Amino acid sequence: MPASDADREPTTPGMPPGSTSETLEANWRRTVDHSTRWPVIAFVSSSVFWLLIGSVLAIVASLKFNMPDWLVQQGWLTFGRIRPAHLNTVIYGWISMAGVGVGTWLWARLLKTRLRGRWMMMTSVALWNVGMLLGTIGILIGHSRAIEWVEMPYYAFAFIVPAMLLVVASFLLTLQQRRVKHLFISVWYLGASMLWGPFLVVAVLLPIYSGVPEATANWWYAHNILGLWITPAGLAAAYYFIPKVIGRPVYSYHLSYLGFWTLALFYNWAGVHHLVGGPAPQWVVTVSIVFSVMMIVPVVVVAVNHHMTVVGHFKKLKYSPTLRFVVFGAMSYTAVSLQGSLQSLRSWQEVTHFTHYTIAHSHLGVYAFASMIMFGAMYYIMPRVTNWEWDSPRLISIHFWTTGLGVGAYFTALTIGGVIQGLQMLDPSIDFLTIVDDTKPWLVVRSVAGSLMTIGHFVFAYLLYRIIAKSGERRDGPVYFHPAPAGLFGSSAGDGSSRQAPSMDADSEETQDSPGL
Amino acid sequence: MTRSLLIFLGAFAAISMSFTALALLPGLQLSTIEPTPGTDDYTFEEQRGREIYIRDGCLYCHTQQVRPDGFGADIQRGWGSRGSFPGDYVYDETHQLGTMRTGPDLHDIASRQPSRDWHLAHLYQPRSVSPGSVMPAYPYMFEVKSRSNVLPSDVTVPISPEYAPPEGKVVVAKEEALYLYDYLMTLRLEPLEENRDG
Repeated sequence: MPASDADREPTTPGMPPGSTSETLEANWRRTVDHSTRWPVIAFVSSSVFWLLIGSVLAIVASLKFNMPDWLVQQGWLTFGRIRPAHLNTVIYGWISMAGVGVGTWLWARLLKTRLRGRWMMMTSVALWNVGMLLGTIGILIGHSRAIEWVEMPYYAFAFIVPAMLLVVASFLLTLQQRRVKHLFISVWYLGASMLWGPFLVVAVLLPIYSGVPEATANWWYAHNILGLWITPAGLAAAYYFIPKVIGRPVYSYHLSYLGFWTLALFYNWAGVHHLVGGPAPQWVVTVSIVFSVMMIVPVVVVAVNHHMTVVGHFKKLKYSPTLRFVVFGAMSYTAVSLQGSLQSLRSWQEVTHFTHYTIAHSHLGVYAFASMIMFGAMYYIMPRVTNWEWDSPRLISIHFWTTGLGVGAYFTALTIGGVIQGLQMLDPSIDFLTIVDDTKPWLVVRSVAGSLMTIGHFVFAYLLYRIIAKSGERRDGPVYFHPAPAGLFGSSAGDGSSRQAPSMDADSEETQDSPGL
Repeated sequence: MTRSLLIFLGAFAAISMSFTALALLPGLQLSTIEPTPGTDDYTFEEQRGREIYIRDGCLYCHTQQVRPDGFGADIQRGWGSRGSFPGDYVYDETHQLGTMRTGPDLHDIASRQPSRDWHLAHLYQPRSVSPGSVMPAYPYMFEVKSRSNVLPSDVTVPISPEYAPPEGKVVVAKEEALYLYDYLMTLRLEPLEENRDG
């Protein structure tokens, strides 16, 4: 392992040589965090920009179900263009760029070295944003490819694929200069996703598919961009922040290995269950169902591991924004994955396939799991890269409750509405327009719930603006929902502070199961 | 170094295998498939219509896959006389199987509803022929003209009084709407003589 001392921060002025290890500890953290500063700020703020665009598109699309004659005069406002524009902005703009931003910070911290190739990251964020802009406009002006999850035209991906590869290059350069022997589990997930993400996108863009085989490739891709690109970033963050904020190591390191390898081996086979009952070869669908069910293994492993880490410390959820968002996300991961395994079964799909139920499921995954974890991670990271604290615990609380309750109502309404819709479709004596009529109340709840979530996004964007612009009073210490009792969070735990007080958890590489940094 | 290499190779092997099996093999398996009877390559107009179907995202509410007898109630609903086969899609450069049935399946729409007047009125204002529908209207595919300006080549669309334009005006279909109709009329499932495994 290359262990050059080149990037060791020189001793702080005023400190005698051979200062305490705690000070050194704080120093290298500051150096490492500082090195990720602009890439992280750029990726995080871009991601939140696309979240806002995606949310507005979502509300327009949802309201169109309630008012089908609203905004129909122009083609670019039609539902069939707004909806894919929503999906692509939130998947490739919001959650992907958020994952890269959060992942970049984790990567440097967990490898205990400065981020290398920062110009690549800054070029990447520029290319990525150009690609998103072209892609979103492209869909709206009628260039959608209408292949679900890859609707953006080729000319958008011509920017996004190089942007992804630049991130990979920067990650690899940083990995080469790592100053740790042991790779924490989050590094495994992030590193693997850096291979899987570009592989998936390039593979699905190959001009070699048509007809039914294109559909199997399509769903192999769409499910994997969730499972192998978005999920690993979410799990990497959960594995880091839960132990970090609570101040105790991950319950079992062996379980985390098991969880990683079973996810790596099983998840990528699961996607074609989306074609159950369709014209695809039966064996492909059956293979996917089998592996979907096998996904229970990694999910239960991760759930047990996280639960055992948190157990006894649930009261900390009352105070720490990071912990509350991340634990909400981790619990949703368990829920969405177990639901996914069960609903891949043919008997279940016979009812729920082709209904709003599926939309509820996808939002449980991308939103209640991945997005909530990203919010939580950003609450921890941003004070460290900006050297400023969050402005208002009250606004953070509004952000949590609007998004948490919003996605809860969204999921509940569309799940119930979808199951009713599915059962009615199985009964040929029920007229189709009656079925449509019966979904309408649930679609109204969806618009309300989506508006709630969107309010939360605008609140978060405002908070993000405030912290990047360093507005308001300088605060001492981290922002908690309520004043935390003294000693609740150990000196090294909790949401910490941008002031980077020297910490006591000498992060020994020997304690393998502690993210410790 | 060995460990990161191991993770890399393991991750790469995993995704390569599933890519080969799920994305490439079905293509090989189905490469020699014959079109089912009644499945023909698209004409210029039909292909244009298909591009409009893709452009305006019809697949977000309509599937093009009839589930076989015994799975779901598609056939009992009259959405097709048989389940869909891979041979029905051999000329589809971009698959439009779809995953959502906010509206009904369209794979056999040409048998179920061949009327051009109905389809054009439905596109102009879905609720004029399907009360309670949540389908968007597509007025931009039509032109509202004074009756006196209608050319002999224009296709006028009869609209029910509630949604009809003011007195003296008529709804004329633009090319887009006509192409889209032409494409919809290619969506027909001919019954097959022999029963094959779906």
